[in-house]
Parts: sequence; structure tokens; C-alpha cells
Amino acid sequence: MATMTKKDIGGFLARQGILVAFALFIIGFTIANPKFLTPDNILSVVRSSAILGVMALGVTFVVISGNLDLSVGSMMSFSTIVVLDLHDTLGPTMAIPAMFAMTLALGALIGFLVGYLKLNSLIVTLGMLSAIHGLTLTYSGGKNMDIDDKSGTWLSVFGQGQIAGIPVPILIFLALAALLGIVLAKTPFGRKVYAVGGNGVAATFSGIRRARTVFLCYLMSAACVATAGLIQASRSMGSQNTVGQGMELEVLAAVILGGASLLGGSGTIFKTVIGVLILGFIQNGLLLMGLQFYAQFVVTWVIIILAVWLDIAAKRGRLWSPIA
Amino acid sequence: MTEQSPALRLEGITKTFPGVKALDDVSFAVMPGEVHALMGENGAGKSTLMKVLGGIYQPNAGRIVVGEEQAVMTNPLEAKSKGIVFIHQELSLAEELSVAENIYLGELPRKRFGMVDWTTLYARTDAILDKLKVGFNARTRVGALSIANQQMVEIARALTVDAKAVIFDEPTASLTDAEKVVLFDVIADLRSQGVGIIYISHRMEEIFKITDRISVLRDGQYRGTLETAQTNEDEVTQLMIGRKLDLSRNASHHELGDVALEVRGLSCGTLYQDVSFEVRRGEVVGFYGLVGAGRTEIAETLFGLRDPSAGTILMDGEEVRISSPVDAIARGISLVPEDRKGQGLVLGMNCRDNMTLPQVDDLKAGPFVADGAEIAIFDQYRDKLDIRTPGWKQMVRNLSGGNQQKIVIGKWLSMHPSVLIVDEPTRGIDVGSKSEIHNLIRDLAAQGYAVIVISSEMPEVLHVSDRIVAMYQGRVMRSFTSDEVTEDSLIQAISGITPDKVA
Repeated sequence: MATMTKKDIGGFLARQGILVAFALFIIGFTIANPKFLTPDNILSVVRSSAILGVMALGVTFVVISGNLDLSVGSMMSFSTIVVLDLHDTLGPTMAIPAMFAMTLALGALIGFLVGYLKLNSLIVTLGMLSAIHGLTLTYSGGKNMDIDDKSGTWLSVFGQGQIAGIPVPILIFLALAALLGIVLAKTPFGRKVYAVGGNGVAATFSGIRRARTVFLCYLMSAACVATAGLIQASRSMGSQNTVGQGMELEVLAAVILGGASLLGGSGTIFKTVIGVLILGFIQNGLLLMGLQFYAQFVVTWVIIILAVWLDIAAKRGRLWSPIA
Repeated sequence: MTEQSPALRLEGITKTFPGVKALDDVSFAVMPGEVHALMGENGAGKSTLMKVLGGIYQPNAGRIVVGEEQAVMTNPLEAKSKGIVFIHQELSLAEELSVAENIYLGELPRKRFGMVDWTTLYARTDAILDKLKVGFNARTRVGALSIANQQMVEIARALTVDAKAVIFDEPTASLTDAEKVVLFDVIADLRSQGVGIIYISHRMEEIFKITDRISVLRDGQYRGTLETAQTNEDEVTQLMIGRKLDLSRNASHHELGDVALEVRGLSCGTLYQDVSFEVRRGEVVGFYGLVGAGRTEIAETLFGLRDPSAGTILMDGEEVRISSPVDAIARGISLVPEDRKGQGLVLGMNCRDNMTLPQVDDLKAGPFVADGAEIAIFDQYRDKLDIRTPGWKQMVRNLSGGNQQKIVIGKWLSMHPSVLIVDEPTRGIDVGSKSEIHNLIRDLAAQGYAVIVISSEMPEVLHVSDRIVAMYQGRVMRSFTSDEVTEDSLIQAISGITPDKVA
């Protein structure tokens, strides 16, 4: 067998690094704690990843279109608080559509700023992260939001229900993944998202309305966030103002882990689902090993850095290069 | 001068890229105190040669000798340390820094603890600026300077090393006449200090004014060196173009149809003014001129990427307003853009998806893109244009330049446009594919398309065009039929020399 040179190993790691790292994690966790690979634990990981997963599906569209969305965490807090508040005044039948409309309006604003005004998406959504947080606090008067009659409403079905023994959040996540996977892979809109993110100038030169495409991606992301907020509200029937805080980074980590390029133009819904699961299993494994919950924030950061580095390394075909 | 050794000597430089021999055994020498023009058409190999000299490319064969020593350069810094200095057409300055900081960037004089020694820095810089007789000082912010003065900063930077050879690449491209005089003075000064100068330019007038000798490249090969004082524009032009040219003239004269596109008095700010022309069905109209003459900008206006400031566009006799590529495509105007990779293709997408991109909304089966219809279109144009690819799933990134260009052409042909604009149809494409694309353009005209070809390569324009519009600095200088055009008259027209009789 031919010996692998240092460069070959570097190239291999650059291409397959995430999967190799993931495999090592799984093996390590299973040895460390036999509970890790049991059906119960697996189901629990998927269920607790569902909210993050739903958000990651929408962000996948944004990232493939060549942009970022850092506002999804605080937008999810907003959706959760709004639907909980309106529930007691309007009832679930009206509260849910009203919350979706308000969340989509936020998505439309971001889409307008990034798509039509061509403002940098990092700045716009970072600003929105803070602005929406302020909006949520203003809306709630800084108080936590609770539903009065927790047992007498069908709102609970989205977060606590089960169908055929499978938790509803998982079903929503998988159904949305299937739907959006088809939208992205099979429809003209999906094709345009790839074209705009792959080479926006060439897309414009091909008669594609770039601004509209980007706008729709942010609407898509907002719709997913609203869905995630609904599941969150339904699961806890009460919430803090900061329930989604920090999730924007986890969502981004999942999307990049799945292999979508931050430069745009590549990635798939399927890969994002894989990314969500990898992140979920690593966090769960670390918990089972007795790592403090708060240490997870550090771990998430390490995973993001690793993923971004490997993304760039895969493009260069080596782990390090003197020029960018 | 006979016994002197050259400042810079190239011996048998050869550089090949996959499928192309960009430089083929190029040898010439620049003497100290000589201004040596390097001429050749676009694509003749000048830029490649400069990149070899600058250490950006490594030659496959041959050697570079600076003074007495062979110089092997693996990066631009090494080239500079060997005394080879470039004054680029595109400036590479940090606008927010001072003139002095730019000139000594990376080698700022230091005091103790690594602090910058500003006194020495400014003193040294002012000494150099004095030599150049410029009207700004070491502390001026570079961003506040005119383009001409920024160029002076580049030149000043060149003077900080013991330069053996200074290479000017189209230095006058963005200078006014007054600024040119200053530049030429500086060049004369450098020459009197015994520096060898390579001067790259398309502008004959300048070449004959300031150079001592002229070396010509064509198709990557060295074609000879002429003494400037003993030659003339015709001889240089002939050397640049070669003799085969007359044979490859476009000879086909089929019947022309109606006027498909007419442009009247079109202007776009300072980019071009008062441009009028028409294109008939079955006709290829070539636009020829130097880079910056306004040709691409006209194409971009017709494709809805720029708003004209005056003038009208008529299609089939009817006035139209085109304010976006979507409008242009709906009107049947297609553009194969100049920058294939930047504007024409999504490199990370496959061949089929690139080809059907403009019509992806129309190719639907229910809510989905109709796979079968897409593949049918791809197959049809792959066969028609002879696109060589293992299959439609192939990433466009992996195709050769010629095949990539055919994908872009196929993309627009499949839309059945009435006017096809092709900007630089064969830039960066190897010789074999070039002639295929030329034949293709002729075929399209024969099939009744109205075609506009924009090119900076004279043989190409002469070969494919039924009529040629010559542009100079945003204006149409003259329009030729393929019968009346000569290389000389064409070169004169694009250099701004007005003929006795204006057509």
C-alpha cells in the first residue's frame, strides 16, 4: 500500500474532516457512556434538536443565497412571546396566524434591506438581533409570559403531542425538512437561490431577479423561525424573553457543519439535517460525560471554528495556505 | 552601447498552460538607458511575460538575466529585490495611508522597540519626491491624490530600490495630456540614470515619441525587434498582426434581412457619447477599439445593466425602454458577457443548470423544474455547439475555457434571441476553440440572427464581421464594410486619428 504523504493526509482531512471527527466523537461517547447509543437517548437528542433544526432549515436558504441570518435567535424569542401573549386574548386559532404575520413582517424587513437595498447581511441581521430583542422586551414589558389555562388549550399539541409514539416536534421538523428539501432541490426558486449565492453577478446577467430571490429566502427563514417559536411556546406554555438567545450561532454552526459554504452557492437541506444531528449528538454526548451545561457554549464555538476552517481548507485542498 | 551588457535579458522563455502555449521561446534584451516598447495584440502573451518577469509565474523553460546574473524569482518581492520593478496599470496603493507609508510599506525605517522612525521616513520620501518634481509631499494622504499623482507614488516606490529595469504597463491609460508630459519626463530621467525601461502600450503615437526600440509578440512568440527611428506604424502593425490575416477575412455574403436593432444618439454620461448604429438580421457587426473605448458599456446598456443618459433604442423599428436584464431578455436581446467566469457562469453549478438558468421559470412541470425538458435543451445545444463534457452533471468549473464559452452561448441560443451580443467571444480561449467559436458566430448570422461582436483582437473582428464599428474614447470614429476595411485604417480609427474622409 502506498504511504500517504503529509499533504495527502491534509487533503483527506480537509475533505472529510467533519465526518471523521464526528465518528471519533461517537465512538468515544459510546465507550464513555453506554447509554449514549440507546433508542431512548437518540429520540431525546432528536426531539431536543427539533426547534434548532426547524430554524436551521430556513437559514440554509439564506446561507446558500450567499447571506447570513444572525437574527433568528431573538426572532424566535419574539415569536414565542407573541404567540403566548395573544393566546390568552385571541385564542390559539387567531394567535398563531397573527404571530406568523408579525414574524414574517420582520423577515420581510430584513429581506428588503439585504435584498433590495443590498446592505451587508451580517450588519443588518446583527442589528436586528438586538432590535428584535428590544422589541420583545418592549412588547412583554420585560416580564415572562405565561398561559393562564395550561391544560385547557390545544396549543400544547405542537410541543408536547405525540403521533404513533413519535413526538410532534420531530414530525414537524422532518415534514418541513422534506418539504423545503424539495423546494430547494426541485423548484425554479431553489435553482435561483443556488445561482444567486454561487455567482450573483452571473445570475443577474441571466435575468434572475436577485433582490427578489434574497428577499424570499429571508421570508422563508422567518417562517421557519415562527414555526420554531410555536413549538417552543407549545412545549413550555410559558417563556422568558430570552428563550432563543444565542441560538443564531448554534443554527449557523449546524448549517455549516452540514457543509453549506458561508460563501454561498452550496449546501442542501439533507446536509443541514445531518449538521443539526451532529451538533445535537455532540452536545448530548458531552452532557452525558458530565460536562457542565454552560461549557456547551464554548464547545459550540469550537465546533463553528472547526467547521469554518475545514470549509475553507476543503476549497484550498489543504489545511493551511500562506495566501487566502 | 555595443559592448554594454543588457539591463535585462530574456532567453528562450516558454510558458505553457494546460492546452495553451502562452509563451513560446521568447528572447529579447533591454539595454541600460533604453526605453524598449513591448507590443502585441491582446492575447499575444504580454501579460504572461510580465507575470513571468514579476515572479508570479514560473517559466517552463528559458532564463532571465538581470545585469550579469541569472535571476530566479518565485514571488513579486524577489523580483523587486533583483531590481525589476513594475508600474502597473491598476494601482495597488493603500488609500488611507500617507505617501511615505505607501512608498516604504513593509520596510518602514524603525527606531528602538520597533517604533516607526517618522523623521527618517519623511526625509527619505521627500528626497525621492524632489527628484520626481511632484506637487505633493511625503505626508499627503494617497487617497487625496489624482490618479496621475498616485502613479507617481508607484514610480517613487520603484525608485527606493536600485532598479535595473522598470516596466510600465499601459501607464497613460488614465492620464490627461498634461499628466502624460510629466510622466514622459520621469521616464526620460530614469533613462538618463541608466535604467532599462520596458514600455507596454497600444498607443502608437506614444511609442514613436518616447521609445528607442520596439519588440513585438504575436501568439506567444517573439516576432522581432525594430529600431523605432527606422520603422513606421505600418511595419509595426504588420508585425503585430502577421500575414495570414487576409486569408482569414470573412468572405461570406449572404442576404441581409430587416433591421433588428437600431441605436440612435445613445449616450451614457462620460462612458460613451452619441453612438448610432444598426444591426440587420443575418449580419455580424463588430465593435473594435481599445479597452475603455466604451464598447462593453454600450452592450451593458442594451442589456439593461446601465441606463443611457440620452438617445433611443429601437427593435424592429419600435422604440423600447430596457431597464433591466429581465426587460432585455423579454425583448429578445441576449448578452454573452466579457467576463465569462465572473458574469457568464455560476462555476459551482453543473452544465445543464447553467445553460437553462434564464428560462428556469418557464421549464416547469407542475411546481417543479422539468428535468426532462432541461436535459433535452442541454443535449440539443451540446450537439449543436459540440460542447465536450462528460455529461450535464459536470461542474462548469471543470470545463476548458472554450467549452465554458459554448455553455454561455448555448444558454442564450436556447432562448431564441433576435439580437445576440457577444463581448470578447474568445478571450482566454485556446486557438483551436477560437476558430470554432468564430465559425459558430458566422453560422448564427447565416441562420438569421442579428449579432454584435465586441472584440479587442483585430483578426477576430476582421474575420467574423460584415461591418465594423471603430470606437475611440466613447465615440464612434468610423464604420467600415468588410470590403473597404484595412488594418491600417482600422488601427488609425481606434487610435483617434481621423481619416481624410469620414465615412
